[in-house]
Amino acid sequence: MKLNRRAFIGTGAAAAAALQAPMVWGATDGRPKVVVIGGGAGGATVARYLAKDSKGEIDVTLVEPSRQYYTCFFSNLYIGGFRDLSSIAHSYGTLAAEYGVNVVHDWATGVDRDAKTVTLAGGAVLPYDKLVLSPGIDFVDGAVPGWDVSAQNRMPHAYKAGSQTELLKAQIESMPEGGRFAMVAPPNPYRCPPGPYERVSMVAHLLSQINPTAKILIVDPKEKFSKQALFEEGWNSHYAGMIERIGPDFGGDKVEVDPGEMTVTIDGVVEKVDVCNVIPAQKAGRICEIAGVNDGNWAPVNGHTMVSRIDGNIHVLGDATNQGDMPKSGFSANSQAKVAAMAIRGELTGSKVFPAKFSNTCWSLIDADDGVKVGASYEATDEKISSVASFISQTGEDASLRKQTYEESLGWYAGITADMFG
Amino acid sequence: MKTGVPSVLAGLCLAIGAWVGAAAADEIGDAENGERIFRKCASCHQVGQGATHRVGPHLNGIFGRRAGTVDGYGKYSDGLLRAGNDGLIWSLEKLHAYLENPKYLVTGTRMNFAGLSDAQDRADVLAYLRQFSDNPANIPEAQPTAIAPEVELPPGILALVGDPEYGEYLASECTTCHQRDGSDQGIPSITGWPQEDFVIALHAYKRKIRPHPVMQAYAGRLTDDEIAALAAYFAGL
Repeated sequence: MKLNRRAFIGTGAAAAAALQAPMVWGATDGRPKVVVIGGGAGGATVARYLAKDSKGEIDVTLVEPSRQYYTCFFSNLYIGGFRDLSSIAHSYGTLAAEYGVNVVHDWATGVDRDAKTVTLAGGAVLPYDKLVLSPGIDFVDGAVPGWDVSAQNRMPHAYKAGSQTELLKAQIESMPEGGRFAMVAPPNPYRCPPGPYERVSMVAHLLSQINPTAKILIVDPKEKFSKQALFEEGWNSHYAGMIERIGPDFGGDKVEVDPGEMTVTIDGVVEKVDVCNVIPAQKAGRICEIAGVNDGNWAPVNGHTMVSRIDGNIHVLGDATNQGDMPKSGFSANSQAKVAAMAIRGELTGSKVFPAKFSNTCWSLIDADDGVKVGASYEATDEKISSVASFISQTGEDASLRKQTYEESLGWYAGITADMFG
Repeated sequence: MKTGVPSVLAGLCLAIGAWVGAAAADEIGDAENGERIFRKCASCHQVGQGATHRVGPHLNGIFGRRAGTVDGYGKYSDGLLRAGNDGLIWSLEKLHAYLENPKYLVTGTRMNFAGLSDAQDRADVLAYLRQFSDNPANIPEAQPTAIAPEVELPPGILALVGDPEYGEYLASECTTCHQRDGSDQGIPSITGWPQEDFVIALHAYKRKIRPHPVMQAYAGRLTDDEIAALAAYFAGL
């Protein structure tokens, strides 16, 4: 039986079951090599599962520039005052010490798909048998006229957590009494669909305590947004009169900003603001473009294994992918990572391959003890990852259920971060 | 035409009567017999005028009440309180399920009771208890389909031997939320559960007997073999 790798990927579980002998490609110590780029919910998880489940049979290298990783999920809770920053910070020591992952703190700057090597900014060249790209998002140049990353200290995006989140919170805390916070919300698709609206809730919570006459303006190019009825119900009951949203019917899709003047211009009308949180349109992290696995702004993947539709030796995870019905979320990336780890391990060591199953739940906090959630379970088809069942919190739920939903999110945070970092 | 109406009603009464057994059409069971069966419950529960909480809460007004919410009773299990918050309301159907086997509805319930396997016994006890509930929504005629189907799992499902390797892969979906180390902050621990409890619980979510929407969605697409595989894996942790 002749087996090229493409055909192998295409036939999936049946072929893997038929294949008894481990397939091992050349590597200096004989072990197959997997290089993972990006140490977030997708990358850290896939590195950990590959190392753990292969019991050392696979040489796993994780390339991540940050020594300290701040989760984007729960970073809004830091803004609201419900978490401190250190509680959303994680490091990679356990992955290295307990799982044997080779953690390299550097930027990946090049991928040679023919030679199967990754080049790092520091000059090192890493050979791979399988490459996993999990770089998250970058911003589309020129998406919000007047804004680029050089303006991110005047108008933070805070959509990659850490110093940006800290900066945004400090700016909100020093707003003048009765001042105005503006958010330029992103168009679809983007990381964490309820994220901007949870952020507005958390900003409102903070302001209602320290600056209760302050106002919040959302400039939104989208007609509808995730959990809209739940957020709007919560804003009315907790923060009445504080939040105004301008959708596309009133020019929310025709926005430009002036970071020097601190103005937001909406369909020609200039608004002076005190803090401006610009969340621009998004695309796959830059390394996907460098590797040439994008089609448009995102990297298309086969949902059975998360393998790139452009290169059979590259898997792509999380926000960077175009996969079908799953939202861009940390939960999704973590879920996809386990499917990818199983598929990669099957190919490299001949371990059993099972059908892909995915899930996602996004919790959002509206005010203290007022948590809501939305989610679904998914399966892979040849065309895409498809939703098979979904659920969402209801308006009018009582306080004890909302509190329980919030407490569930705390449990999930502990669970997923342990699943990522060990 | 006037004479036709009673005969239709009589036919309906007969049908319902046959369906729930010997009970009359406007009853869910034989309350007198139920009072006798209730002696099994009375070591922990009181019901009727002057009933107070003992080991378990009193059962006055239980029909239509949200689980875990009776005033003044402070000994509910975490699982029962969670089920109440998830939306477990003591309808006739849920009470039937709970009396058949308390574990179907609540893993870790403190109601240490083997269950009433006979559907007629359950109906009779519930007919007795309903005399002490005055929630009009629970008049049986308002819930014509309320007589619960048996929730007991066929023995074949409980006897399935799971593949722990498959279970380990499937479990990776669970451990995003349920911490492998057994912590139960916000989300219950499932590590080290007896296999039977695990299988019963997941089937109860799959069949939407248990209320939690996330678990209903995740369990809803698991096959019997997959549930057995998960149970085998978590029991071995």
